[in-house]
Amino acid sequence: MTLLSVRDLCITFGDTPAVDGLSFDLEPGGALGIVGESGSGKSATALALLGLHTRATIDGTIAFDGLDITKATDDRLRAIRGAGIAMVFQEPLTALSPFHRVGDQIAEVYRLHTGASKKEARARAIEVLAQVHIPDPERRADAYPHQFSGGMRQRALIAMALSCRPRLIVADEPTTALDVTVQAQILDLLDEVRTTTGTALLLISHDLGVVAGATDDVIVMRAGVAVESGPTDQVLVTPREPYTRELLAASPQPSAARPISSPPLLRVAEVRKHFPQTRRRGLRRLEPVKAVDGITLDVRAGETLGIVGESGTGKTTLARMMVGLIPPTSGSITFDGVPITRRRGRSVQMVFQDPLSSLNPRRTIGESIADPLRLQGMTAPRIKVEELLVRVGLSRSLYSRYPHQLSGGMRQRVGIARALAPDPRLIVCDEPVSSLDVTTQAQVLALLEDIRRERGLTMVFVTHDLAVLRQIADRVAVLHSGRVVELGDVAQVWEQPQHAYTKELLAAVPVADPVEARRRRAERRSVAR
Amino acid sequence: MTLLRRLFDDRAFATGAVIAGIMILIAVFAPLLTKLAGQDPTTFHNELLDSARGGVPIGRFGGISGEHWLGVEPGTGRDLFARVVYGARVSLGVALSALALQLLIGVGVGVAAGLGGRYADAALSRLTDLTLAFPSLVLAIALLAIVPQNWPRPLLLAVVIALLQWGGTARITRGETLSLKTRDYVAAAQVSGAGPWRVARREILPGLAAPVLTYAALVLPSNMITEAGLSFLGVGVRPPTPSWGQMLSSATTWFRADPMYVFLPGGLLFLTLLAFMLVANGVRRVIDPRQSEVLR
Repeated sequence: MTLLSVRDLCITFGDTPAVDGLSFDLEPGGALGIVGESGSGKSATALALLGLHTRATIDGTIAFDGLDITKATDDRLRAIRGAGIAMVFQEPLTALSPFHRVGDQIAEVYRLHTGASKKEARARAIEVLAQVHIPDPERRADAYPHQFSGGMRQRALIAMALSCRPRLIVADEPTTALDVTVQAQILDLLDEVRTTTGTALLLISHDLGVVAGATDDVIVMRAGVAVESGPTDQVLVTPREPYTRELLAASPQPSAARPISSPPLLRVAEVRKHFPQTRRRGLRRLEPVKAVDGITLDVRAGETLGIVGESGTGKTTLARMMVGLIPPTSGSITFDGVPITRRRGRSVQMVFQDPLSSLNPRRTIGESIADPLRLQGMTAPRIKVEELLVRVGLSRSLYSRYPHQLSGGMRQRVGIARALAPDPRLIVCDEPVSSLDVTTQAQVLALLEDIRRERGLTMVFVTHDLAVLRQIADRVAVLHSGRVVELGDVAQVWEQPQHAYTKELLAAVPVADPVEARRRRAERRSVAR
Repeated sequence: MTLLRRLFDDRAFATGAVIAGIMILIAVFAPLLTKLAGQDPTTFHNELLDSARGGVPIGRFGGISGEHWLGVEPGTGRDLFARVVYGARVSLGVALSALALQLLIGVGVGVAAGLGGRYADAALSRLTDLTLAFPSLVLAIALLAIVPQNWPRPLLLAVVIALLQWGGTARITRGETLSLKTRDYVAAAQVSGAGPWRVARREILPGLAAPVLTYAALVLPSNMITEAGLSFLGVGVRPPTPSWGQMLSSATTWFRADPMYVFLPGGLLFLTLLAFMLVANGVRRVIDPRQSEVLR
């Protein structure tokens, strides 16, 4: 008896089809992954399973436990949501109400579906919080979401999903907002929950590595159509369809690092950045936040230095100090022997993480690229701007377009063109590909590498993604609470990590090979025990 | 020009613009129009008033006739068309020039506070709070009362209104500037070597247009009403110079006997405010590249 059976599902928004003829089955206790890039229709599918679409036309059948969800009344749907099918969302902070205690929110869901007393509901909330390994659940149940870390919030959401003992959990990009080590923990937790409670899991992700270790079957979607489906071990190891192969090939591949022993171009010496806390407790001033706490490193001319760390390790602060955007509290940063703050605007440029917010929405992209050129005294920069657009793989005619008319990958290309405009010698990239789809990511990385080679640029590449670094960096610096814990050639750090934190990071990197992914999980479990 | 065509494609904007344009034309060509009507705003016509009923105009709808197109003023018999037309000059002139001054001061102070250092921000913000907290009507009366009689009253009114009521604009501008300056595109401009002036002009100001315009559409009516109030209290424009506000306030004593006299300035005030609101809304929509086209 299948738990969930989807037949010929078609979801259309107005005239735009989001999902076109999707069919799949999910057994009780099974785990199915849906993989696809943005716009592939994977999230639309998830929402349809819970009957959450309001403005879409839905055709086909979604049979959950024998009931067709597409035709169910609102009352039936409300009974199924939470109790039959539970959902775990991508952004755990917005999915929890900031005004209610975590335990109360879980108890509320439980009471709604079971009619239990307040006392029973609270007991159940504490029970599921313990099940997702929240330490000291009785006390933490009284905490508010903002007092939880990102990983704990996602655990709380999973606990909420578990509270009514659902038969199916739909997890839509459950780890996208999380650090790699936390991502590994959450995926392990989902896997554990499935085996201990017998709940089926539908895992939706853009990341093949996330799906590889956590599912039995996988569907690869593209533009609303299932391109390939089958057992995870087969699809991800011996893919039949070219698109699946393309996706697999797009995930970053290790490349040979170049030995570089040129003199340092940028020197960071004993740099600290402390942010004073404005809120006071009593009369005492709070300790300042030590975002960067004594970092010394050289960026050698011509190399690509990777800086890796999880959120809150000070990597963005360090990147912004390197380009002179914020002054260090103490220590010095020199470029070619001159303090960086005096070199600003010429030789050091930056590529930002979110290409949408790094381009002024009210100005055309041509104007945005032309600005640094005008600052250098060029009066008619249009020709140079168009050359730059062509160089980053865009068409000249995009000069008068606005940022919102472009796709994410195109926007990031514009960001790169703008950074190239003043002919810099060093480019600092702060998470330049983390908001992009995997194929776009591969293209942008290739472009960056191409340009670096062509112009003999020096690059600092800040990211949380170790796999990306392995491909692009020559040397890597691992950041942990504002300090460099390990610095060395990429291959050496990968093969023989010295610091415990580096080892932990490396172990958490998701891999697209299902067998390897399961082996790593077993390894992590044995370490935890 | 494509921008204009896009603006006039918006029917609400087109309506507002046409009405606002007519109002401004009326104000500009007031002498010509009154000459055309063969009237002037200050001549008394006692023969047109019913002295038995306390000075109410003889005839229907406030004494509308071929000579007096909109009737005559109760009590004095002055031609209402001429007074309305001349009143538009004062009302629109004062309100619009006060608005221009307010935006200039408010946006200037707001951007300076938002982009300036901690101390500049604190000083400018407290100054803003001070002007907002001050009982501006009392201050306006005091200011206008001590100024010599022979100074041009409408200009004086505009300056006084602007000086007392730029606080709201400054606050909105400061808040928006604070949020805009944390965007990455501001950082990108700084990295490429742009100084604070360039950042303010190229990156911050375009982003301020929408909230400031929306706010301006709310400030304009309040300016017209402030002018009306001050004129009513006798510190605004001096009789016999007409203004809509002044007409409205003197109409309060006549509204039972001669309702037409209330509807005329009231209706005009309403129509003008509506028109400027529609214009501001349309402009705001068109200058925002994200909203100016159909939903993505």
